[in-house]
Amino acid sequence: MIRLVLPQHLRTLAQVQGEIALEVAEPVSIRSVLDALESRYPVLRGTIRDHVTLERRPFLRFFACEEDLSHQPPDTPLPEPVASGKEPLLIIGAIAGG
Amino acid sequence: MSKVRVLVGTHKGAFILSSDGKRKNWEVSGPFFAGWEIYHMKGSPAAPNRIFASQTSGWFGQIIQRSDDGGKTWSTPGGEKTPTPGPEPPAPSNKFAYDTSAETGAPLTTHQWYDGTQHPWEFKRVWHIEPSLTDPEVVYAGIEDAALFRSDNGGQSWHELAGLRGHGTGPHWQPGAGGMCLHTVILDPSDPDRIYIAISAAGAFRTDDGGKTWKPINKGLHSQYIPDPNAEVGHCVHHIAMSPRKPGVLFMQKHWDVMRSDDAGDTWREVSGNLPTDFGFAIDVHAHEPETLYVVPIKSDSEHFPVDGKLRVYRSRSGGNEWEELSKGLPEKDCYVNVLRDAMAVDTLDDCGIYFGTTGGQVYGSADSGDTWMPIARDLPAVFSVEVQTLA
Repeated sequence: MIRLVLPQHLRTLAQVQGEIALEVAEPVSIRSVLDALESRYPVLRGTIRDHVTLERRPFLRFFACEEDLSHQPPDTPLPEPVASGKEPLLIIGAIAGG
Repeated sequence: MSKVRVLVGTHKGAFILSSDGKRKNWEVSGPFFAGWEIYHMKGSPAAPNRIFASQTSGWFGQIIQRSDDGGKTWSTPGGEKTPTPGPEPPAPSNKFAYDTSAETGAPLTTHQWYDGTQHPWEFKRVWHIEPSLTDPEVVYAGIEDAALFRSDNGGQSWHELAGLRGHGTGPHWQPGAGGMCLHTVILDPSDPDRIYIAISAAGAFRTDDGGKTWKPINKGLHSQYIPDPNAEVGHCVHHIAMSPRKPGVLFMQKHWDVMRSDDAGDTWREVSGNLPTDFGFAIDVHAHEPETLYVVPIKSDSEHFPVDGKLRVYRSRSGGNEWEELSKGLPEKDCYVNVLRDAMAVDTLDDCGIYFGTTGGQVYGSADSGDTWMPIARDLPAVFSVEVQTLA
C-alpha cells in the first residue's frame, strides 16, 4: 500500500483527511501513483498534472525520503521505502504569493 | 414572498447573500471553496437551485462545482470518488481541451502575444459560466485563452465550439492586462441559435447558428491603440449587456467608451455622453426598462479607481448619452476600489434591484433602481463577480 500526502486544498477537494493509502501495481512510479490516485478520486484529475500533456503543474513538487523527485521522468521507480509503504510520497504546493 | 439570492465570486472563495423581497436584511453564507479564486457563479434560469461555480487556482488549475440545492451543498459533476480504482474514470468536469479534431475542431494556431510575437493557445481558467435559458443540462463556459465551451450534461464534460477560435482572425487576438479571456456570454431569449460573446482584447462576436460559425461584430468601435480605424478585431471590450426585453439592443463598456448597438452588434455608436470618464468595466440594463442602463465610471486605464475617491454609479434612462450620478448611500470620499466586469447584476423584482461588488470586498445593493444604495456585505475578499437570482 502506497502512502500519499496531498496539499490541504486537494485534501478538501477530495474530501479526505490525513494520508491516502493507495494500492499501486509494480513498478511504483510517480505516474502509476497518480494514475491510481486519479482513478480513485476523479476530482483530482487536472489538479496535479495537466489533463492533456500530463505534465506536473508548475507550482507543485513531489518529495519522498527527503529527496525532490519532481524533475525525474514520471516512470522512474520510486524509492523502496515509498514502494513498500514505509515512507509517504509528498505532493507539496509551492509557498508563493501573498 | 419573493426572495433574492446574490452569488458572489471572490479572490478567496464564494459567498451567497440572501434576502426577502424587501432586500433590507441580508444573510451571508460562505465562504464556499475557501482559499480558491471564484471567477464566476451563475444559476440556471431553467432550474434556479442549480448553480455552477468556476473555482480556480494558480497551483491546482480549474474546478467546476455545481449545486442542485441552491448553494447549500456542492459537488464536482462526474468527479465523485469511485469505490474501486478503474481504468476509465467518469468524464472530467474540469477538462477544457481545445478541439483540434478534423471533424469538429479547428487547428490550434497561435495568437498575438504582448510583445507582438505569436504565442500558443493554453488553457488557463474559466472566466464566465452561462447556463442555458431553457435546459438545465446545457451550460456554456468562456475561458482563457479565449474559447467557448459547452456542456450538454450539467457540466460533467465539455466540448469546444471551435468555430469561434477557428474563424480566421485568431492570430490577431491578443491578451488584455488580465489575460486573453472570453468573459461575456449572452444567450438571446428570442433566438436559441444566437449567442454573443466578447473577448479581451479581440472584440465582440456573434453566432446565428448555435455556435458553428461566428462573425466579428466590432464596426463602429474605435480604439486609440489600433491604427486601422476599420480593424475587424483587436478591440478591448470589457463587458456587454442586453435586456431580455429587447434582444438585439446591446450596450458595451469598452476599455474607453460606452457603446450601443441597435442591430445585434452589426454596428455600434458611442453613448458615453456626459459621463465623467468613459473608462470602466461593469455595465448592466434595468430588468424592466430596456433603455435604462448602469455603469460605474473608473478614472482611467492607469488608475483603476473612481474619480476623486467617490464611488458612483451612473444611470441613463434614455439608452445612453444622458447620464445621472447615483450617490445616495455610496462612499463620498477616500474610496479607491475597482468594480470588475462581471461584478454587476440586476434582479427582476417589480422595483428592480441593482447590485455590484468591489475589489475592496464590499457588495452594494439598491432596491429602488439605483436611487439609494446600501452595503449588503462589507468585508469580503476582493469581489470578482456578482450574479443575482430572483426566486418565487
